[in-house]
Amino acid sequence: MRELALPDEILLSVDKAARYIGGEVNAVIKDKDSVNIRFAMCFPDVYEIGMSNLGIMILYDMFNQRDDVWCERVFSPWPDLDALMRKEHIPLFALESQERLKDFDFLGISLGYEMCYTNVLQVLDLSGIPLISSERGEDDPLVIGGGACTYNPEPLAMFFDLFYIGEGETSYDALFDLYIENQKNGGSRQDFLRKAASVPGIYVPSLYEAAYKEDGTIASFSPLYEDVPSVVEKQVVTDVRHEYHVIHRPVVPFIKATQDRVTLEIMRGCIRGCRFCQAGMIYRPTRQRDVEELKATAKEMLDATGHDEISLSSLSSSDYEALPELVNFLIDEFQDQAVNISLPSLRIDAFALDVMSKVQDVRKSSLTFAPEAGSQRLRDVINKGLTEEVILKGAGEAFRGGWNRVKLYFMLGLPTETEEDMKGIAHLAEKIAEEYYEVPKSERHGKVQVNVSTSFFVPKPFTPFQWAKMCREEDYTQKARIVKSEIRSQLNQKSIHYSWHEPDVTVLEGVLARGDRRLGPVILAAYKKGALFDAWTEMFRYDLWKEAFAETGVDPDFYTLRERTEDEIFPWDFIDAGVTKRFLLREWKQAAEEKVTPNCRAKCSACGARKYGGGVCFESTDPVF
Amino acid sequence: MKVRIRFSKEGPVRFVGHLDTMRCFQKAVRRAKLPAAFSGGYSPHMIMSFASPLGVGVESEGEYFDLELAEELPVEEIKERLDQVMPEGLHVTGVRCVPDGKKGNAMSLVAAADYRVRFRSGKEPEGVLSDLIDRFMAQKQIFITKTTKTGEHQVDIRPFIYEMRAEEDCIFYRLASASANYTRPDTVTDTFLAFVTGREPEPFSYRIRRLEIYADQGTEEAHVFRSLLESGEQV
Repeated sequence: MRELALPDEILLSVDKAARYIGGEVNAVIKDKDSVNIRFAMCFPDVYEIGMSNLGIMILYDMFNQRDDVWCERVFSPWPDLDALMRKEHIPLFALESQERLKDFDFLGISLGYEMCYTNVLQVLDLSGIPLISSERGEDDPLVIGGGACTYNPEPLAMFFDLFYIGEGETSYDALFDLYIENQKNGGSRQDFLRKAASVPGIYVPSLYEAAYKEDGTIASFSPLYEDVPSVVEKQVVTDVRHEYHVIHRPVVPFIKATQDRVTLEIMRGCIRGCRFCQAGMIYRPTRQRDVEELKATAKEMLDATGHDEISLSSLSSSDYEALPELVNFLIDEFQDQAVNISLPSLRIDAFALDVMSKVQDVRKSSLTFAPEAGSQRLRDVINKGLTEEVILKGAGEAFRGGWNRVKLYFMLGLPTETEEDMKGIAHLAEKIAEEYYEVPKSERHGKVQVNVSTSFFVPKPFTPFQWAKMCREEDYTQKARIVKSEIRSQLNQKSIHYSWHEPDVTVLEGVLARGDRRLGPVILAAYKKGALFDAWTEMFRYDLWKEAFAETGVDPDFYTLRERTEDEIFPWDFIDAGVTKRFLLREWKQAAEEKVTPNCRAKCSACGARKYGGGVCFESTDPVF
Repeated sequence: MKVRIRFSKEGPVRFVGHLDTMRCFQKAVRRAKLPAAFSGGYSPHMIMSFASPLGVGVESEGEYFDLELAEELPVEEIKERLDQVMPEGLHVTGVRCVPDGKKGNAMSLVAAADYRVRFRSGKEPEGVLSDLIDRFMAQKQIFITKTTKTGEHQVDIRPFIYEMRAEEDCIFYRLASASANYTRPDTVTDTFLAFVTGREPEPFSYRIRRLEIYADQGTEEAHVFRSLLESGEQV
């Protein structure tokens, strides 16, 4: 039996000790002496969140298929354990071997959202790895970042040795081979990093230098050496049929993870082109997985895990062309085995309602619409194809089908937003409530409940809105107040429930999302002051961040309140994400003109992703245009 | 078909709580492709009932749950198939048919349980353990304070300690474990330590291991304890 890194008295004192013991079904144990590379895969949040991340589980499975690599997992210790580890000087360890991370070759950190940045420092700190990459020695692990936030890795540049930009399937083998070869040849850490910089998708921040203009914007960003590429290419699995890494045996947590189910990824990318959505841009081109393979994988994963639920995962499941076939297969095959089928991100239409009535209890479930903006004008600006007519039609059908609860998601603070757009949120909610009372009383089930939720828009790199300015904290609060008071003056206001997110997190997320290298010291200062688990509302301490900005002399407004000029060099411009800056700029101007752009299947908009040679760009031999 | 399953829980998995252990077995039954019976409704669940929750951090050699199956299967096959899909530290050590229906389920049968308490090095009470135990057990009454919804109560646990003896440097207990007289091994041990040392016991001084759970096939006056596996009727 494995020895645990933590003594009983600690495990019995902390909440959910099973977060720290490993040993789950399908966790991989290898002989450490038989491998060349020990890789610790980290999701810098608590276990239940991290274990729900599909990306790290794909890489975990993929790395462990190599005989010369042992990949283990590690997550952020919850503050209760964090305090005990510091007090008792216990170093952070990987779950499988329970051995300290400092002895690993690689520490891979998945960067899913900006608000995890202080948790990255916590993991390094508890591991005894120097926080700043230049202070690490030959014996320290190489710290490599991946995930959505690496599309602007600059705020974290000083903490990471490398970043992997794009989908993991393509370049990790080459990177591992290079590492092993470098070790055999007695090469140094620096030797490896220098060579790694030429592996496609790898960015070694220490090999690049940024210069700034007097106004604070970037004057130039370039490699320090000639053999270091000036552009880093995002990695894409072109052929999802052959190169997609299928997980056969997902790890099954003992404690209930946020996603306590089999996750079946059906598609990468999205054809829609919503202008605020980073995922819809950086994961282009849209690639659909083969339905027969998905059927086989679904069965295999359910068998190997014993989960009683399977969830289809993609950015927009309704756009997966074989969805009816896949869903009907899952219902036929698994429903009598008491397996739940969960279908997030479905567009509400006749098919969706039919399927949903088969897989869930209509009276207990609610319908979700994401109009994102309250008026048609603003929905055109953001290129959200959903119209009021479609929403009301879908809601009407649903109400007649027995549903009486609707969730509506909106964003406040979108570019060009006016007071009318904000009030439009209340008006749309009211129309939906009225639609319910159009249904004959005998067919209704009690009262209707419309839950309106707003978040504040954060412009992200590689989107048409990357040039946009944000608002001040107090302006966001004011916007939420306008929505609230308009909802309160509607006829059916008692049926409408409104909730909104706090704006302080939004402002910080905005700073970090489009930030540059000069934010490193701010993150470090905030961490040293105690900022941790910033993604958790109850733990977020904006006051600490404010102090950190003040002490480091960095002005957050520079990153949020400025509308960028067309020719500004962005910190992330050195990354080739497929979508070109020219396309994004065209879209930014189309937005200003309130003009919509058709989806990728209807018409190619020459975004640049066609160069990868796969996916939706090549789906039709007889294009519509 | 209803079966009673006996399992052990040892090593790191002792930190998996009771509810999560149940979830773990639900998933294991699916992995083993056992023909579990399900309740009806929109969220059907396996018909499974555990004999007695085990505290976090406690190891056991004798845990039990009852499981309803929709089809008949040889018990040996159930044992093999389930044991093969268990994670590290959980082992299926016995399976037996029991009568269908709610009556006579594992939980309602529980009358007593055996435990072994091992002191962590340096935390043993001073003196000869068997002598200390004799002194403790020689008391006519042993009161503890129990906090319930209605307030604090003094409860005499002496009648519920069916057996307490030294086994080398460990303590062996047989304690009453029915719902009305459930007696925790840590409560008894803490009370014992306070009695022999005259001090509040230090936390984490010992580790507990449950050895077996029993039904009582005798009477109040003359107990006849049989393990839950033996007491299941062979069908």
